[in-house]
Amino acid sequence: MSSNEFSSGSKGERVRSDCYVRIKITKKNGIDLSVKSKVDVLYGRSIKELVLKILDFYQIKNCEIEIDDKGALPFVIMARMEAVIRGLGLDGGRQYLPPWNYEVKKSSRDRFRRSRLYLPGDQPKLFINAAIHRPDGIILDLEDSVSPVSKDTARLIVRNALRSVDFMNSERMVRINQLPLGLKDIEEIVPQKTDLILLPKIETADQIRQVELKIDEIRKKENISGEVFLMPIIESALGIINAFNIASSSKNIVALAIGLEDYTADIGTKRTNEGKESFFARSMIVNAAKAAGIQAIDTVFSDVSDMEGLKASVLEAKSLGFNGKGCIHPRQIQVVHEGFAPAADEIAKAKKIVKAFEHAEKMGLGVVSLGSKMIDPPVVKRALQTIDLALREGLLGKEWREDNE
Amino acid sequence: MSDKYITEINAAGREVLKEINGEEHIPFKGVGKLKATGRKAAPPIRSCVDYPSNGDKRVPSILEALKKAGLKDGMTISTHHHLRNGDYVGNMVFDAAAELGAKDLRWFPSASFPVHSPIIKHLDNGVIHHIEGSMNGPLGDYASKGKMRGTGILRSHGGRYQAVQDGDVHIDIAVISAPASDFFGNANGVRGKAACGLLGFALADSQYADRVIIVTDNLEPFPCIPWQIQGNNVDFVVEVDSIGDPQKIISGTTQLTKSPDRLLIAEMAVKFAAEAGLIKEGFSFQAGAGGTSLAFTVFLRDFMRKNKVKASFIRGGSTQYITSMLEEGLTGFILDGQTFDLEGVRSMRENPTHQDTSPFTSYNFHGKGNFASMLDMVALGATEIDLDFNANVVTHSDGRLLHGIGGWQNCLFGKTVILPVPLFRDRIPVIVDKVTTLTGPGELIDVVVTERGIAINPKRKDLIKAVSGSNLPIRSIQELKDEAEKISGAKPDKPQFGDKVIAAIKWVDGTIIDIVKQVKA
Repeated sequence: MSSNEFSSGSKGERVRSDCYVRIKITKKNGIDLSVKSKVDVLYGRSIKELVLKILDFYQIKNCEIEIDDKGALPFVIMARMEAVIRGLGLDGGRQYLPPWNYEVKKSSRDRFRRSRLYLPGDQPKLFINAAIHRPDGIILDLEDSVSPVSKDTARLIVRNALRSVDFMNSERMVRINQLPLGLKDIEEIVPQKTDLILLPKIETADQIRQVELKIDEIRKKENISGEVFLMPIIESALGIINAFNIASSSKNIVALAIGLEDYTADIGTKRTNEGKESFFARSMIVNAAKAAGIQAIDTVFSDVSDMEGLKASVLEAKSLGFNGKGCIHPRQIQVVHEGFAPAADEIAKAKKIVKAFEHAEKMGLGVVSLGSKMIDPPVVKRALQTIDLALREGLLGKEWREDNE
Repeated sequence: MSDKYITEINAAGREVLKEINGEEHIPFKGVGKLKATGRKAAPPIRSCVDYPSNGDKRVPSILEALKKAGLKDGMTISTHHHLRNGDYVGNMVFDAAAELGAKDLRWFPSASFPVHSPIIKHLDNGVIHHIEGSMNGPLGDYASKGKMRGTGILRSHGGRYQAVQDGDVHIDIAVISAPASDFFGNANGVRGKAACGLLGFALADSQYADRVIIVTDNLEPFPCIPWQIQGNNVDFVVEVDSIGDPQKIISGTTQLTKSPDRLLIAEMAVKFAAEAGLIKEGFSFQAGAGGTSLAFTVFLRDFMRKNKVKASFIRGGSTQYITSMLEEGLTGFILDGQTFDLEGVRSMRENPTHQDTSPFTSYNFHGKGNFASMLDMVALGATEIDLDFNANVVTHSDGRLLHGIGGWQNCLFGKTVILPVPLFRDRIPVIVDKVTTLTGPGELIDVVVTERGIAINPKRKDLIKAVSGSNLPIRSIQELKDEAEKISGAKPDKPQFGDKVIAAIKWVDGTIIDIVKQVKA
């Protein structure tokens, strides 16, 4: 392709809810726009209008532009248009941002992170309905699932999606690239109400500081008040050894995750189903996280057809002390939630503790006690979380306080 | 509408034709408003002395059979879709008719498939005047562009039986492809290399057509039993090398969907049915093929297993999923109208409780009852649903005619009708202000289940009450429509139509519920 031509996306039968955009700058004759769309009868006109509006925004007066649309939503068309214009260096540093479509609720440090669903950043078709599967978190991934040639477009698609797509009650997460490329990602996504950034392949606390510097710079520039949480992913032997340092290096870190594919390669072994080879590393993550007062998050389970295997893996993760697990397919989410759901005896115990706690509060008592035993605040907190989980999973009715157990 | 048509606004508020292809038709009067009168049609009386006394009715070719059947210009020829997209016979019949120089025929298939796209050349060269039957894929596209000379008429499976029985459609020659037949014309679909299960769609044709031709690639010794088609109704038997491609006879729609969104919709539909108390000992339901319907059946099966609930009967297209339910005792019977996979064929052959049915038993509105209305629960698809719960299954939102009605309209008479559908396809909202083509009146549609919420028809107060207090995401249909439009990012334009009416849509009682116009190129 010549230097005055640039394209983004792909054509073909398999493409869905996405589009291909090609632009060729010409010297004269104005704008030559050709739109082929699977939804032409219903949306052809609005697609043309949008494309012309974007060209006008970037003051492009003469070009050939081809759109091959397979039902892309406007935010996708906008991102691919901006990508080709940027690709030719004609953007003048200006962003073409879609409007905020939905109200975004703020996340909190201690929220549940049992499941986090990975979505490749250049596959917008997977974004639209991701939240209906109710994962605790949705990760728009810019790292491993996006090929190097698609990185620049994916960053814009993810940025636009954060403004346009309803992620409902899921925490809005982005996995950025390794540094230094990740710094470019931060520039685009931090202003878009990203709740949490996953940092891949972290080995030292110093890397966290670099990221934080960049985030602070953007926050000041854009006048952003809210916090941006961090979840470093440890994927190497060195990272495991430094786990506690990393976990405690910033107040914005809310969870520490492990990535086993790279880790097992790094220590020179193979990943097995039994997982003996990663037992040490996973225990290190749990201990480092708990010592730093944050959540420990397990790796993904990559066989999407093996639901029994996933179930066993979740139960094992829970027994090791993990608080969550990565998902690569929506059907895994429910299995993960069921796995992390409290057992009947845990719920029964939590009910007693919470009732005692509420009784103490009502009476204005400084200490919570159950029978003759005093209950520490962390135990109360844990019990409250257990009740919350049980309610979410439908293991407990809303009127559980009226049970006479 | 252009003045070349005689039209009337029907009871559903749609302007429809009163005259189609020179014949008079009655506009839709409302559900259950028009009662049939008069007597049924009847085929000519024949004498056995005019048939070989040894019972051997074979003739050497389809061409010869058509000639002997007295093929003339303007006749109505019927074929059937038991072999689905693997059918060879539909094309063979019209190639032979073309060779005999016939013109202006009416093709009356029980359904057409993409495999029948060669029919387009016979529409172009005048052999066929128009099609009355579903027009899928390329044929639907051809008709939508206004290229067919006559106006198509789409009927449900039950409506097709009704039309033949009542004499609305007189079949001159019925050609029935049979995976197994004897020389007398006793035929079935349970054996042979093109085994497809049953031949129910051809029942009316065998009973009412002037002439009946069996085409088979598996001639068995007399008597071929079970005789799903009775040889006593058959005039000629033709042996050919192959009636269809076994690979394609098996429906492409029997793969369980892998789409997490479709699975979620099916799962929610089953949760709804459970919360509403519809899944109880001795209940009955309709099972279909196609991604979401199949998934619905699978989630229902899992629920029934877990809660030890047994159905009295399952009606519908059989697949490995419902035959396994029969064999593990989750249902007493399968009343099968169309066998979708080889497991279904095997089960029908082996299980006496897997009964073949026909549109006469299951769907006929002008009958002394039918099975569809006895169903406790039915889950069906739709391309569009509107704010009044009216649904469209025949056209896409861009106005193109692309699907047949099948048993869809007939199943609307089930006690609770659930439509599990995605809120939008590609970018196109499924819930709209007004359906492009009315195929089913909203008064018969009870629940719409989408991935973003469930809307219950306000007239079903019992269902609303039954699920109140559950944690199901119950919303109004207006809310669902608004959400779909918001996600789609812009209000869709309306399709633009030309003047030409390319097809009429029949309601189950033979009245015209809506029409389809030519799309603008």
